Amino acid sequence: MTRYTSATPDDRREMLDAIGVGSAAELFEQIPEPLRLGRPLALPDGMGEAEVYERLAALAERNADAEAQVCFVGAGMYDHYVPAIVDAITSRSEFLTPYTPYQPEISQGGLQVMFEFQTAMSELTGLPVSNAGLYEGPSSVASAGYLAMGATKRRRFVVSRGVHPHSRETLATYSVGYGAEVVEVGLEGGLTDAAALAEAVDGETAAVILQSPNFLGAVEDVEALGAAAKEHGALLIVACDPITLSVLKPPGECGADIALGEGQPLGNRLDFGGPSFGFFCATEAQIRRMPGRIAGETEDVDGRRGFVLALQTREQHIRREKATNNICTAQALNALGAMVHLAWLGRNGFRELGELLVQRTAYARERLAAVDGVELLHTSPVAREFAVRLDAPVEKVLDRVAERGIAAGYPLGREYPELEDGLLVAITERRTKAQIDELAEALGAAVAAEREGVAA
Amino acid sequence: MALTETPMQAERARTIYEKSKPGRRAAALPASEVPEKPLADLIPSNLLRSEPPRLPEIAEPEIVRHYNRLSRRNFDLDSGFYPLGSCTMKHNPRLNERVAALPGYARLHPAQDPRRAQGALELMWLLQESLSEICGLPHVSLQPSAGSHGELAGLLLTRAYHADRGEERTKVLAPDTSHGTNPASVTMAGYEVVKVATDEQGGVEMDDLRAKLAENEGEVACLMLTNPNTLGVFDENIAEIAKLIHEAGGTLYYDGANLNAVMGHSRPGDMGFDIVHVNLHKSFSQPHGGGGPGAGPIAVSDRIEPYLPRPQVVRHEGSNGHGPGFDLDFERPKSIGRLRGFQGNFGVFVRSYAYILSLGGDGLSEASETAVLNANYLKARLKAGRAGERLPIAFDRHCMHEFVLSGKPMKRDLGLATLDLAKRLLDFGFHPPTVYFPLLVEEALMVEPTETETKESLDAFAEAIEKILAEAEDNPDLAKNAPYTTPVRRLDEVKATRQPVVRQQLEG
Repeated sequence: MTRYTSATPDDRREMLDAIGVGSAAELFEQIPEPLRLGRPLALPDGMGEAEVYERLAALAERNADAEAQVCFVGAGMYDHYVPAIVDAITSRSEFLTPYTPYQPEISQGGLQVMFEFQTAMSELTGLPVSNAGLYEGPSSVASAGYLAMGATKRRRFVVSRGVHPHSRETLATYSVGYGAEVVEVGLEGGLTDAAALAEAVDGETAAVILQSPNFLGAVEDVEALGAAAKEHGALLIVACDPITLSVLKPPGECGADIALGEGQPLGNRLDFGGPSFGFFCATEAQIRRMPGRIAGETEDVDGRRGFVLALQTREQHIRREKATNNICTAQALNALGAMVHLAWLGRNGFRELGELLVQRTAYARERLAAVDGVELLHTSPVAREFAVRLDAPVEKVLDRVAERGIAAGYPLGREYPELEDGLLVAITERRTKAQIDELAEALGAAVAAEREGVAA
Repeated sequence: MALTETPMQAERARTIYEKSKPGRRAAALPASEVPEKPLADLIPSNLLRSEPPRLPEIAEPEIVRHYNRLSRRNFDLDSGFYPLGSCTMKHNPRLNERVAALPGYARLHPAQDPRRAQGALELMWLLQESLSEICGLPHVSLQPSAGSHGELAGLLLTRAYHADRGEERTKVLAPDTSHGTNPASVTMAGYEVVKVATDEQGGVEMDDLRAKLAENEGEVACLMLTNPNTLGVFDENIAEIAKLIHEAGGTLYYDGANLNAVMGHSRPGDMGFDIVHVNLHKSFSQPHGGGGPGAGPIAVSDRIEPYLPRPQVVRHEGSNGHGPGFDLDFERPKSIGRLRGFQGNFGVFVRSYAYILSLGGDGLSEASETAVLNANYLKARLKAGRAGERLPIAFDRHCMHEFVLSGKPMKRDLGLATLDLAKRLLDFGFHPPTVYFPLLVEEALMVEPTETETKESLDAFAEAIEKILAEAEDNPDLAKNAPYTTPVRRLDEVKATRQPVVRQQLEG
């Protein structure tokens, strides 16, 4: 008997008798003998709870997390403060342990959360329809591409190089499967090259895919760039950072057909990359092509207000090979975290947070640009993240700054070979003025030391 | 049945937006501390938002109360028996939540330099090794976010494998009884589904398989199966099936939804499968979260390994007196590429690895054994009562971890549909089994009790079924109008699809 099972020897005896067999092994005789493992799994013996805790705590100690280091790394996931009520609410069994709400009468809590979440994401993006969540950001881009192919019967995507590299790579991976071509448009001064984009879009284009703020932190003029999509009947897909939608014009007001993105900045911890959720909003015209779960309002037989999974005829468990997507999950618990965070921020707090980030980012950008050996990679407007160039090898500078307990940013050379000297710096409300000043000082010292060849 | 409203029913649903009042708030944000400039000096005003999104305005005590009230309108695994077939609703150990919340994991940035994330990478590597041993396949990628994501990965791997050999294949075989995600994934991966018939035992109809392979010679890329099959029975022809699909040049894909039946007893790799997805939220105790998160790692054979998604977690032997180190390997020229951002659902990996450490090899094997014992016991209990006649077992022999009942006689003799039985079970405090799946069984109920249920719970469930069938002999309307005690009663799902209302309309 393991800690999580309850069958005592007596229970087993009674159960085997009721079944009419002498041993549990007999039940496994339906497995042909050569396919039975016939030996114990080569895994360690089970451990007590305290031992497991100690073992995993020891591994956790070997990571430089955002409590051990001051974290200026962003690149799609951000070290925001997650309010305590998010943990309190998402750890409630009633939200933590049920399955997808297939029995709506006993799932009203989860379904109503989905409905509230959809409303919030619809408000943020300025688009009328939201689903209840997808896996995460990059695969949401690939799902949007799949939707655009179905909507336009075309097979070509024009994608800005400002879209997150993971999103572009995920889109490329999926495109090999569903048979689409991906055309990339470069950046100019930190922004999508508008002329090249207009050139690349034609009557075969299923969708134009942009990100704002883009990967280099620059706020794109989505409306202007999107005109090329409108002209040729392609869908306009915009990836966005939900936190910045507190201050930036929502994609829905810029002509976007689909707005989506990585949801982690809303109420989700970093978790070394997941689980988080992807949000996905669209125009009314796309509602029957949406991927994922959607909660809808309805009534019970007595006329009480209630919620159910709506439009299930889009989904795999009904439509099988004709489904609009294969996804089952809604990352419901992660979306709940986002909803609680947004309610905690509230209408005014959300706006204030966005403005705070813009102000501190502007300060940090100015402060770093004044450091010898550091210059701005672009001067386009930014919201919460910006890019600089270092006059010394970036990875080596990062190592030196790490010695002082600072994770200075994301080395752009990892994904953009043409930006080998680039560093992407992210700001959250946790990054104080003092920390920003220390970053500037540490970066300056590290660049200087590298230039002078001082041993690290 | 007296139709007096319960207190919960009397409390009509109100959304958080309906509790909002201008001027209320919860968050207190830090001051910016920096010299501020007008927003429009920093970002051109045509790129700025004119009105903030209409989020609720509400103070913390009422936010907490609101979501606590909502939570009470959910049924959950910690409140009662949840025998949802194919979903493996086993206990979610709280230790796993505790370790996943350690700052070293929870606040670790995914772009952290691997040299400063050695503990996280080691944990991923250890989980890969464990899943490899459990599945009997040498290589694992943890990247897929869910089972359906694993399926898509498996199909893209198959495509890359064939393309590398200069072959282009267009068709994927799947049983007509497979999970809906299988055919949906096939279409997304750009293949055409060819359905293979299912025999009365729920297994692959061998003659039909041979016929489909012959009809589509050179075209078949893959066969997707689950084993135990969808009736909860181990397909004893699996070795022959593997031989046939391999001779035809295809890959054999294992949908791991039913892995909880065979851990430590039989391994998909030894059965001949090339690619396996594992649902960490099923067999490995990640909480289902009301519909996510989960994770769907894949295990593959040597011939599929070159195409695995990037990055892969790798282990380097130590040198110069240093111990072994771990890294992310991006240099994988034949890789299908990324399936998502960063490294996967790491928080899920922590929980599932904690589960594997807790149980150990013997414990996992015992978990599967008890899951099978519990399923067979419940099946026997039901058969001995009214269910034996009204809800016969779809294929009556020993099952593995789950079994399927048919409500056809119940519907014919009592006028009760499977849906009615399911809704009546809600009044008895049970989550119903999976209903109307698999499609080959009329009025199907798919029951998976899992190993973490007591004999007493199984007995209570069997007694509830007995009572419902007995009461229906006198008064079938009782079940037809059920449920009565839930926060809301039967809901109009058609309306929600015909005239979808998918967000709250807000004023101001």
